[in-house]
Amino acid sequence: MLKRTFSTLLMLLLLAIAPLTQAAPKIENWTTSNGLRVYYVHAPDLPMLDLRLIFDAGSARDGDKPALASMTNSMLDTGADGLSEDQIAEKFDNVGAVFSSGSSMDMGWTGLRTITLEKEQKAALELWLKLLSKPDFPQEPFARIQKLMLVGLQAEKQDPEALASKAFYKALYGDHPYGQPENGTEQSVQAMKLDDVKAFYQKYYVAKNGLLGIVGAVDRKQAEALAEQVAAVLPTGGAAPPIPEVKPLTESKVVKIPYPSAQAHILVGQIGDKRGDPDYFTLYMGNQVLGGSGFTSRLMKEVRDARGLTYSVYSYFGPFKELGVFEVGLQTKREQTQDALKVVRDVIGKFQKDGPTDQELEAAKKDITGGFPLRTSSNSQIVEYLGVIGFYNLPLDYLDTFTSKINVLSRQQIADAFTRRVQPDKMVTVIVGEEDPAPQAAPPAAAGAATDAPAQGK
Amino acid sequence: MRRILTLTGKIRNPGTILAVSLAFAGFFAPPSQAIERVKVTVPVHEYKLDNGLKVLVKQDKRAPIAVVQLWYKVGSSYEENGLTGLSHVVEHMMFKGTKKHPHGEFERILGENGAENNAFTSQDYTAYYEVIAADRLDVAMELESDRVRNLLLAPAEFKKEVEVVKEERRWRIDDKPTALTYEQFAAVAFINSPYHIPTIGWMPDLNAMKIEDLRAWYERWYAPNNATLVVVGDVDPDKVYQLAKKYYGPLKPTANIPVPKPQTEIEQKGLRYIKVKAPAELPYIMMGYKVPNILTAKDKWEPYALDMLSSILDGGNSSRFSKELVRGKEIAASATASYDGDGRLPDLFTISGMPAKDVKLETLKSALLEQVDKLKSTPISAEELERVRAQVISGEVYERDSQESQASNLGALESVGLGYKLADEYVDNILAVTPEQIQAVAKKYLIEDHMTVAELDPQPIDPNKPRHEPSFAR
Repeated sequence: MLKRTFSTLLMLLLLAIAPLTQAAPKIENWTTSNGLRVYYVHAPDLPMLDLRLIFDAGSARDGDKPALASMTNSMLDTGADGLSEDQIAEKFDNVGAVFSSGSSMDMGWTGLRTITLEKEQKAALELWLKLLSKPDFPQEPFARIQKLMLVGLQAEKQDPEALASKAFYKALYGDHPYGQPENGTEQSVQAMKLDDVKAFYQKYYVAKNGLLGIVGAVDRKQAEALAEQVAAVLPTGGAAPPIPEVKPLTESKVVKIPYPSAQAHILVGQIGDKRGDPDYFTLYMGNQVLGGSGFTSRLMKEVRDARGLTYSVYSYFGPFKELGVFEVGLQTKREQTQDALKVVRDVIGKFQKDGPTDQELEAAKKDITGGFPLRTSSNSQIVEYLGVIGFYNLPLDYLDTFTSKINVLSRQQIADAFTRRVQPDKMVTVIVGEEDPAPQAAPPAAAGAATDAPAQGK
Repeated sequence: MRRILTLTGKIRNPGTILAVSLAFAGFFAPPSQAIERVKVTVPVHEYKLDNGLKVLVKQDKRAPIAVVQLWYKVGSSYEENGLTGLSHVVEHMMFKGTKKHPHGEFERILGENGAENNAFTSQDYTAYYEVIAADRLDVAMELESDRVRNLLLAPAEFKKEVEVVKEERRWRIDDKPTALTYEQFAAVAFINSPYHIPTIGWMPDLNAMKIEDLRAWYERWYAPNNATLVVVGDVDPDKVYQLAKKYYGPLKPTANIPVPKPQTEIEQKGLRYIKVKAPAELPYIMMGYKVPNILTAKDKWEPYALDMLSSILDGGNSSRFSKELVRGKEIAASATASYDGDGRLPDLFTISGMPAKDVKLETLKSALLEQVDKLKSTPISAEELERVRAQVISGEVYERDSQESQASNLGALESVGLGYKLADEYVDNILAVTPEQIQAVAKKYLIEDHMTVAELDPQPIDPNKPRHEPSFAR
């Protein structure tokens, strides 16, 4: 016992006096001659290179053609300069390179990972640039991907978590672009035309609408040359216009979707904050205590630890370019849906009113500060951060100053931000698969129809 | 397809094995290789405490952090019928306090040090880990060493936690049609091998589990002489050893750690075929062949040839499944091949898939089997082999981007009895495989008499027919 007290004391002492060696990676930033922004971190220890091109080309740009962003992104490696899909796949694999691409609500991106042996790097890069500069958008892969997307939509119907998430986004965002399903609907996917894809690509996959992240064993001079090479294949274009502002909910909504699952899948939440939001750090910090820090969070303690009602329960603010989500999620045996929901609502309500305790606040500060080096320990993590910093125009010292911004926050500031930004009486609650569906419970067809509504956005 | 459960619900896959380095000891390129291999040699420092704890340390100074993992040689393949899921429930209870660090203290202290921590249970091992700033390594060491022998196992905590595990089972298996299919598939493929057992445990066994069962299990397997401590990060190996001696040294070893019975799977005498009916939209098929593992293979090259074979079918976007089934004939929406040769016991070579739009499951099944037949009748081309080799060589570099996966590979190899040194030899062995060897293992092992097939037969998703649990549930 004595030993423990001693070591705890020693620990606290060390925390107080030792300057925390944060050493976040040094980010360098410049703009190429045709307007492509570049974010670069020199990581010389491993003979590998990560490149990531990100465009403002997410599902928020789908317009009246849900899933167009996703479809365009999926077409990137299907044909270029006369090369077929098979040839492209073989050429990347031949040199051990990894091509990747993806899209979310805000972004459409493509990445390349290669070893930095001269011959292999050159071959991988040339091919990647060819995909960007001379895409063929062939009809055959387009038709195939269309069918794959339809299978994907079917898969969502057998996944109660996906059903819940779609309904949640629909209920939160309604007709706002964020409320549209990222993966589209059966109708929108079937109606899509190759010309739509070409037009989307030409409009959004352009230098002034994107940024390039570079992490790896290339020095600054090499990185500059690389960036010029990449920029040279992109038309200059222009930045995409702002997307509409998001309006907060004005009343609470409950969406129940009958489903024959063993568990009810529950989401509770509302409109949250955006990147660069003045309340970003305060809400982030408060949420750590509420449901963002795993086993030490209040939600985990109350719902799982004290009552055994769930395996996983969490809350988070997911900030997007415009206002994102505040989401609380859990699953529980269907019979105890209302019990679990009551505990969740009580925890949210109490936290919203009183904020964290002094002790919780201190613990969360230490957690975030002490754990900060864990966040940038690999090239994969660093290139992700470059994307976020670049895309959302966050300051270059975002990582360097993160912990100091966290550490000055007071209980009062957090309670104040939660009072302003979280309204327990105006939340959306989505329940998929609760016991005893009410009499209006839909027949099987209606359960399916519900999936044609909203988007999954995480 | 190694079945690994974690507390947070992330699935970790230490399946691929790597060799790692921080310094380039030199290059060498065998003449036949498409790309040069970056030969890697960063030493693993090995120590053994008097109480039997093995300590493996690898330095990686890329970031000022350390990954600390404690691996126990126990998992669901050590369990018996009626007591399935025990290893995993013990893993959950390991977070419920010791005398010195009552429930909540473990998480609180690690949290205040910014450490990530969790655990995972598989068929062959249970592992606990912390990722922490390297200069706070001792905090993790103290806490982790305390629960090797001093767990409280309070009945009141158990009562709640076993309910959490049942929720985990519902979430992870019962409500996921493909996971449900896989669970029954494995239980049919293995009759007497303990790979029959699902790591999360059968629901009736979870319902009947007692705190006494847990206590006996904990006392039997949780001892320094049944564990391996792995530390990878910005650390000094000898200092890690000193810390290990300080914190783990005083722990008493267990006199008789049982040696698991061989439970060698009896020979399969013909095709096994099952259907799994569940509310679903999409059919799914899974096929598995009995194959040798690295540990017990008589011909040492065979497991590596099987590993290579799985890459030919499903390694990268240019693999045969992608090229011929997903693209090409457009028969599959997805198709995968996987070989698990790095377990304690012989496992399966599995092939699985979901048909493309408007394609029948039967058509997909024939197409998958046609691919297997092609491997038997024709050796793979030199180009295909080179392509997979290139991916193995680059993959060896990419794996080094994560300290956690470096640590996991050492711990897993050590825990199944292969020894961590295999991490360095694995890539050599893979690169030595020839087209003839791939053809030979296909002919020898991918045969119908040793095959198990499971098909998911989708039932209407009727919200008025929820899945009911057996009535004897508490």
